[in-house]
Amino acid sequence: MILDFVPIWTLILGLAVFFYVLLDGFDLGVGILYNFAKTTAERNTLMNSIAPIWDGNETWLVLGGLGLLAAFPLAFAIIIPAVYFPILVMLLSLVFRGVAFEFRFRDAEHRTFWDHAFGYGSALATFAQGVVLGAFIQGFEVEGRHFTGGSFDCFTPFSLFTGLALLFGYGLLGAGWLILKTEGELQTRARRQARLCFLGTLVAVGIVSVWTPLADADIAHRWFSWPNIALLSPVPLLTALFGILEWRAIANPKSELSPFFYAVLLFSLSYLGIAISLFPMIVPHHYSLWQAASSPDTQIFLGVGTLFLLPVILVYTGWSYWVFRGKVRADAGYH
Amino acid sequence: MTLDPLVLSRLQFAWVIAWHILLPALTIGLASYIALLEGIWFVTGKEIYFRVSGFWTRIFAVAFGMGVVSGVVMPFQFGTNWSRFSDATANIISPMLAYEGIMAFTLEAGFLGVLLFGRKLVPRWAHFAAAVLVAVGTLLSTFWILVTNSWMQTPAGYKIVNGIFYPTSWTEIIFSASFPYRFMHTVAAFYVTTGFVVMGVAAYLLRRKRSVAEARLMLSITLWLLTLMVPLQILLGDMQGLNTLHHQPAKLAAIEAHWNREARAPLALFAIPDQQAETNHYAIEVPLLGSLILTHDVNGVVPGLKDFPREDRAPVIIPFFAFRIMVGIGLLMLALVTVGLWLRLRRKLYESDWFLRALMWATPLGFIAVVAGWTTTEVGRQPWTVYGVMRTAHSVTPSLTGSDVLLSLLGYMTVYLIMFPAGLLMVRRIVRTGVSDDDDAPVGAGRPSAPVKPVPGDAS
Repeated sequence: MILDFVPIWTLILGLAVFFYVLLDGFDLGVGILYNFAKTTAERNTLMNSIAPIWDGNETWLVLGGLGLLAAFPLAFAIIIPAVYFPILVMLLSLVFRGVAFEFRFRDAEHRTFWDHAFGYGSALATFAQGVVLGAFIQGFEVEGRHFTGGSFDCFTPFSLFTGLALLFGYGLLGAGWLILKTEGELQTRARRQARLCFLGTLVAVGIVSVWTPLADADIAHRWFSWPNIALLSPVPLLTALFGILEWRAIANPKSELSPFFYAVLLFSLSYLGIAISLFPMIVPHHYSLWQAASSPDTQIFLGVGTLFLLPVILVYTGWSYWVFRGKVRADAGYH
Repeated sequence: MTLDPLVLSRLQFAWVIAWHILLPALTIGLASYIALLEGIWFVTGKEIYFRVSGFWTRIFAVAFGMGVVSGVVMPFQFGTNWSRFSDATANIISPMLAYEGIMAFTLEAGFLGVLLFGRKLVPRWAHFAAAVLVAVGTLLSTFWILVTNSWMQTPAGYKIVNGIFYPTSWTEIIFSASFPYRFMHTVAAFYVTTGFVVMGVAAYLLRRKRSVAEARLMLSITLWLLTLMVPLQILLGDMQGLNTLHHQPAKLAAIEAHWNREARAPLALFAIPDQQAETNHYAIEVPLLGSLILTHDVNGVVPGLKDFPREDRAPVIIPFFAFRIMVGIGLLMLALVTVGLWLRLRRKLYESDWFLRALMWATPLGFIAVVAGWTTTEVGRQPWTVYGVMRTAHSVTPSLTGSDVLLSLLGYMTVYLIMFPAGLLMVRRIVRTGVSDDDDAPVGAGRPSAPVKPVPGDAS
């Protein structure tokens, strides 16, 4: 019997999506907070804090999308059509926001236009991703191998709520990043924004954690049946612990790395929570990871190259963050 | 009029890919050109080559950044609008697309940063090496994308079980019958396109008497390269034509608007093909030339559209005219480089204002030819997504309504019609500045001109 590549691909894809959420999460978050910057100099600083790394971050989105197509094509063919409009809004917003980095600086006459393209584009892309997440957790209308619902079905009170929730979540990551990368007044404001976003995220995570088991008996059973309730209790307990630490870190003017660090841990636990709720389904209620998997030949052919190249990518990504470490200033980049 | 989600989805794919392809057409050519300039600089040590490569690196950065954001859109199209195609063919095409993504990422992560920001920071050999590796990386991307496309044109190495494709031989899948010809023809097309952009910019600078030495150098090298590349490209195009005749006869018949199978076939220079009546109106034909060009034999047999059932024929008028636009531009380019060679031999190349003006007007020619050639091959493939095996009508996402796709198409049109003209303006601004000695002139792709330097003594 040949090696079962499905667990390996589940791990690769899970990591790729998680890296995307964390990395583009904080730079989209900086984009959301960009809407509240007061002067051109501040906007320059905010943009410079992510300018060298944003496109690398965004590449994880392509890898996540292609990874889903390659490893679980049936899930790709059902989920992506079901979230047709959120994906459209996300892509168009990312295009606008992406070109704004370059155009804002080369096209001074229309700087205000590109400022808005960047700020609103970041917020809209985030909201759209939150809607995708909510729609995914709720599941889709499926017959055979196709999504059979309508293109607007994905907009439900729950998915609109998760859209809003992700704005706070990415805002928290973004504010954490800015606390790390800026100083003085900008950092003080970032702390205020972090506190607000943290409270928003906390409320949102709480509501989602109550809402999903109430709406979905399978998820309730997963969390609250014995012995799961004992085995899984570290997830909510750790979330509470890191929440307290995050709150204290935001308030402590000496701690510059911790707000970002604990925000990342909180994201990891939320992500883990969703994975626990849904595993082993990749199309909730319809197809498991194994049922949606591509052929073993395909998974092996691509898997070998990926396992070789992925560490290279990770090492370089880490290195590029190291190169651009330290505080950022308005005059260091665009001038 | 009812809105057909199939037709609109095809229009949407055509829209997003036609704009996207313009960027690789430039960046793939420029990457190799920059590597060449850096190579000459490394060997000869003449600073002028380094200045010229810096100038083109700035334009490369803008185009590359736009290529990234318009490229992110592409893989999602397979899911949003072509979910049945994705479901059926993913076992085969997804590794190709994913390898493209991973390799492009590795390349970008590893070497683009050095190329853009390392001009003063790394030794000469390292900068040259980065330029070469970026060029190799862009060619690898082209390789995987054209592997996918060629497999859709001439599928091989698969079996079908319950409507799903399964791989049987990766070698046959990767090196499908049309791949080598398509790959060479496409890369050559991108090189020629870039060549005419470089000559157009050089001509502009010469006429404005700006950065004259650098502009002469650009024009001189590029004209030599194109004197070789343009005839070679025509030869490669001919080889791909023979390949199409052999493997996709219905497509070839559509390209030539050729209805009846016959030997000693004429070549239609112009015609209005009539799909319903199965004939051409207002045809201007040259006797025997069809057989001679397509089969390299005046007595050669050329397939006709009537050999194939009506439902298996491409919409003739589109590939027919797209092909003629591409070939027409190819011949025009041949004329331009021939005149250029003649002027050079008479030592009047840099002084002939009319020729420089012609080169400026010729700047967009390659892009038009690339889009026309792409239209020829993709519309010529219709009505199939996987040629002869899977129909386009069976590939589209079943849940979409016409108004869904109309809405998304309008969205893509609006955003692209803002973004691409804006990008063109940025490039024009860089060109107008000319080649400067100032290495600190900003390079871009959304990055600062120099790495954001850490403040001393401030650990993060």
